[in-house]
Amino acid sequence: MNLYVLLKMVPDTVEELNVAADGKSLDTEFLRFKVSDPDEHALEQALILKEKHGGTVTVVALEAPEVDEVLFTALAKGADRALKITTDQTRLGAFAAAQVYAAFFKAGPGQITPETLILAGSQAIDDLEGELAAYLAETLGLPYLGVVCNVARANGKLIVLKEFAGGLRGQFEIGLPAVLGVQSAEKPPRYVPVAKVRAVMKSAKIETVEVGVSEPAVRLQLERLYKPEVAGRAQMLEGTPEEIAEKIVEVLAKQGIL
Amino acid sequence: MAKPILVLAEQHRGEIADITFEMLGAARAVAGATGAPVFALLLGSDAVPLTARLGAADKVFLVDTPTLDAPVPSAAATALKTVQEQAQADLVFIGCTNISLGIGPILATRTGLPLVNFCRALRVEGNALVCTSQLFGGKIAADVKLPDMRGIVCLYPGAFPAEAGRGDKPPAVEKVPLLVDPPKVIFKQYLQPETGDVDITKQSVLVGVGRGIQTQDNVQLAEELAQALGGAVCASRPVIDQGWLPLSRQVGKSGLSVKPRVYLAFGISGAPEHWEGIQNSQCIIAINTDSKAPIFDGAHYGAVADALEVLPVLIEKVKARKG
Repeated sequence: MNLYVLLKMVPDTVEELNVAADGKSLDTEFLRFKVSDPDEHALEQALILKEKHGGTVTVVALEAPEVDEVLFTALAKGADRALKITTDQTRLGAFAAAQVYAAFFKAGPGQITPETLILAGSQAIDDLEGELAAYLAETLGLPYLGVVCNVARANGKLIVLKEFAGGLRGQFEIGLPAVLGVQSAEKPPRYVPVAKVRAVMKSAKIETVEVGVSEPAVRLQLERLYKPEVAGRAQMLEGTPEEIAEKIVEVLAKQGIL
Repeated sequence: MAKPILVLAEQHRGEIADITFEMLGAARAVAGATGAPVFALLLGSDAVPLTARLGAADKVFLVDTPTLDAPVPSAAATALKTVQEQAQADLVFIGCTNISLGIGPILATRTGLPLVNFCRALRVEGNALVCTSQLFGGKIAADVKLPDMRGIVCLYPGAFPAEAGRGDKPPAVEKVPLLVDPPKVIFKQYLQPETGDVDITKQSVLVGVGRGIQTQDNVQLAEELAQALGGAVCASRPVIDQGWLPLSRQVGKSGLSVKPRVYLAFGISGAPEHWEGIQNSQCIIAINTDSKAPIFDGAHYGAVADALEVLPVLIEKVKARKG
């Protein structure tokens, strides 16, 4: 299979997020970036498919802070090629990003063959415009399914599981080429030691690609970003872990549990 | 008169999902300010008897083509575009749910309409609709303006009152004859969830664990507390994805919705996907190291602390109390 995985960088929400002075973007000074969680699962699913059915895994990302490390990590995990498109991901909505990726696949070096499967994360935490995979599939005229949690291959087709709610899953058959939005891989994403990533940084290369998209279309009129006004706030239990535990016990007693 | 608002009703296997009523209620509220008619669209050959439940809509469009029975986004988008054009509805509401995921971007690509995702509040400002969305796991809000009320809005479940979208009077129904090509994504079957050893929807005490629990071994601590309290352990997505607990213990968007008397959340940040599943709990007690974690905005009680430090002491105290 000709597997492509699209990786997107998002702010690490473990850090505090602040709004920049323009009121329309995040303050990047203390921002740390990481690869979007579902994208990591998309990569894992691609690597599993390659191990089972052969082929190549190409990881592709747009220019973004700390993206090189993510691409090298993907190579260390077993991806065959890493490509970075020079278009800046920052401030690019999902629609615009899809236009860049569509150009990448239409004009090269991305190639849609009868064996091509494009995997992206099902959704990202900043998908204000919706899902990249769906925009891309529609722009390329390829079949699409999101919230995918398992991909297998049988008789030349893909057998794909999609999550609904309450643990219910649906099984779908999809012909190649196709685009899938992965929510979780069939196994947890593999771990790769830092030493191996370092070694790959010395031996492998990220290929840089320019894609001919003039200023990508901006569709949404963002008025402002802000910290949500909080409707309520929990009654805070303060103190040492010991004191907190004691106060939780009191609450449990009040609720009739103890 | 203002152009109609079109709501894509969500039905799954013969049941209307609550999000449908939430969207109809939201549409009625917007219509109250603009005078726009509210239309609903129902898809699927088994949808006919469901039209009567959509009384909050002024009219229900029905496309009962069997090719729409299976939840395939591109096929639903085809029907939605046809009806949207026929009804001249420039404002379309879709549920921000797993079932409907993908329909919005496909419709946006085909129509050129802008799309706003993760919407939790709406207000009318002159000729524009301002949508408030939550981003970054609920940590940042965004206000987006749709000029001339044109756009596709994906509404987050649980953000709008469902009661406002229920209506008794039978709505006018218009059948739309439409042949939808069999989609390239072929639905085969549903796979029922494996029933776990414990039904977490029936517990009066749940101990929920999230990323902050750090290792599989630590899940055992939560298990010990749950046992002492006579409850069960459940988890948010990252813990399930790691394989530390079975799928039958997942709470949230893809998992189960629970409403115990007490929900203890350890190391759970409270991202919207998880909150969706716990919001109806009677009492939520959250323990998290991040004082800014969104879970503290909705929980009844909270403590900024390391779950791994609180858990062992709490287990001891609960056991002592129980004798």
